Amino acid sequence: MFDVLFETVAEGDERYIEWLLTGLGWTFSLALSGWAIAFVIGVVVGCGRTSSNALIGLAARLFVEIFRNVPIIVQMFLWYFVVPEILPKNMGAWVKSIPPPWGSFLPALIALSLYTAARVAEQVKAGIEALPPGQRAAAKALGMTGFGVYRFVLMPQAMRIITPTLTSEVMGIYKNTSVALTIGLLELTAQARQINEFTFKTFEAFGAATLIYLGLALAVFVLMQAAENHFRIPGQDDGLKGKRQAAPAPRAGTRP
Amino acid sequence: MTGLDLSAIGQAWPFLMKGLVFSLELTAVGFLGGLALGIGLALIRHLNVPVASQLASGYITLIRSIPLIMVLFWFFFLMPAILMWATGATRPVQIGPVWTAFVTFTMFEAAYYAEIIRAGLKSIHRGQYAACLALGMTTAQTYANVILPQVLRAVSPILLTQTIILFQDTSLVYVLSITDLLGAASKIAQRDSRLVEMYFFVALVYLVICSGASQLVSVLKKRYSPAAR
Repeated sequence: MFDVLFETVAEGDERYIEWLLTGLGWTFSLALSGWAIAFVIGVVVGCGRTSSNALIGLAARLFVEIFRNVPIIVQMFLWYFVVPEILPKNMGAWVKSIPPPWGSFLPALIALSLYTAARVAEQVKAGIEALPPGQRAAAKALGMTGFGVYRFVLMPQAMRIITPTLTSEVMGIYKNTSVALTIGLLELTAQARQINEFTFKTFEAFGAATLIYLGLALAVFVLMQAAENHFRIPGQDDGLKGKRQAAPAPRAGTRP
Repeated sequence: MTGLDLSAIGQAWPFLMKGLVFSLELTAVGFLGGLALGIGLALIRHLNVPVASQLASGYITLIRSIPLIMVLFWFFFLMPAILMWATGATRPVQIGPVWTAFVTFTMFEAAYYAEIIRAGLKSIHRGQYAACLALGMTTAQTYANVILPQVLRAVSPILLTQTIILFQDTSLVYVLSITDLLGAASKIAQRDSRLVEMYFFVALVYLVICSGASQLVSVLKKRYSPAAR
């Protein structure tokens, strides 16, 4: 059924399957590097959302509001089309001269990281707020610094609580990589579309890409499950389960 | 770029607003169609209807695992072939990008709404079903008059959150060259070389609408949180 993938492309000696695999490579690198950045920023901003310092709280809230409430495709357009225009002339010209695929990859990466970071931040905030307020007070009473309170008391518990709901954000980021095709990155979906245009084998081209996405979803699910088990503290299981139910319902479904 | 020219937005205003109206229409169709279909899927799974339940579960997993753009392409290229087969026509039935979008969003959102409804169904106490049975209600009456009204209220914040995401996602019909808000803006942006003004304007419109709606989510959360009930 997927014979067409092993045919040689019209011009050149590659086979169509190599197009798909390069596409998968870009999808994978974009998702992985995007998640790494989003996770770090998301944790920092999420802590900021619960800070007692009003200024930090406001800055974190603004970050979340802006990057969560503008569609990902619009954010990619802003980084790709608009940023080079509003930079000083030489810098803008330099940005525009970044050769492909990096010229598309970098704006896509920035947009995807910040968009996902805003979502991760909300999860982190929900995780911290699910903890009894006495925890923070007790840590402070023990003379811990602000950093220490988060690093040694709040975060180790909050992160464990939100591991299951973070799975949907990881799912979201690999699906959102497909939006990068609108700014010219030849990732998996773009390659499938290209094969369809060259061969008119719609079912085979999109079917193969869909199977790969399903495989990625399964991989994410298994990995996150493994992470949850790995970080689980023996004996604290039941306590955490109770907390999890008390935590705000996870933000339903992430994006395409 | 030669400075911001806000008059560019003024001139394009009617065109942009037509785009925004389409985005809202698509959101409404996706919400109503997706919710109706989603409730159906959730009930099939909840009632454990043989075969149908497995099919529904497979459909939901499949749709939730692949990107929306991919689903849009699937429907765009395959709907004509499916309709040809279904109607017995001799050539593929073209339905155009707009109808493709309506159908795709309904089918796509159904999978997400179904999971939300299913989670809500699980939170209803078993005793309620027993009480309905004792009152002599049929299954249809039980769900329509007792269970679903509670479920819909309880999950309303999550439903609204998902609908905000749906509204943002409608911008992806850009890949089918439809004139939604983003499509309209990008057409003007390219015609008049007004990329900066147009894309900032679009971002601002989405930001205002979506953060307004998020405020509503927190209101709903307060009203229907377990503690307040």
